Amino acid sequence: MQGLGALIQLGLPLLLLVVAYFTGSFVERRHYASIRRREQRARRLPVLAFRDVPPGWEVQEAALVTGTVVISLDHFKRFLANLRNLVGGRVVAYESLLDRARREAILRLQESAFEAGFRAVVNLRLEGFQVAGQGEGRGTAAVEVVAYGTGLRLARAPGGPEA
Amino acid sequence: MILTNTENVPGRKIVEFFGVVTGSTVRAKHIGKDILAGLKNIVGGELKGYTELLQEARTEATERMVAQAKSVGANAVVNVRFATSSIAAGAAELFAYGTAVRVE
Repeated sequence: MQGLGALIQLGLPLLLLVVAYFTGSFVERRHYASIRRREQRARRLPVLAFRDVPPGWEVQEAALVTGTVVISLDHFKRFLANLRNLVGGRVVAYESLLDRARREAILRLQESAFEAGFRAVVNLRLEGFQVAGQGEGRGTAAVEVVAYGTGLRLARAPGGPEA
Repeated sequence: MILTNTENVPGRKIVEFFGVVTGSTVRAKHIGKDILAGLKNIVGGELKGYTELLQEARTEATERMVAQAKSVGANAVVNVRFATSSIAAGAAELFAYGTAVRVE
């Protein structure tokens, strides 16, 4: 009886970790595949971190465009990250989370800009925000990333600075 | 109303400045969405409910900023910035600000 109790007490969190390991890496692989595929297509819409419109571009219309996403880490990676907290150093789990969130937000910005008829985006800004979770100190590690910039409708397709 | 986050409206000339306009809203998360998010916290992935919630809130903050710009007689807001701050566990303030101007 006591053994069963201990098994449940130990086994359940362990099971959760194993499940989270598989779902988490599946979700991440699928997300990266989708990011890479869409980034190929999104290349036709240049996004610049320039503060202003490059000289020579003839702008017909300009408007604010945004792309946002909230992504959560899985339970297994959060567990790894908490372990990493003990010894310090590079936390790869968080790096890939932020990388995914940022690239996804920029992709959504590009997609919504393209749909609105814009052919370039200038003054790209990226903001991150940690979404507060349930329970103190448990580190939800869900982040929101907002990408925003000014979408431009152009008289001619953007090429080089003088194109 | 034209919104840009550049310091002018590309292709247009600014003829009048009205100063800073702001808009903000504070949102708390929905309990149903939170349960779903709790599940997603285990398996990982996008929290679509939160993405929508924060986007909606940001749109409202922007609308309030635009309303303020309209009331002073502007037809554009330039150099728009967004800021987010978490006030308490489960509540966040979405803030939008920019400079109200009139363009030709």
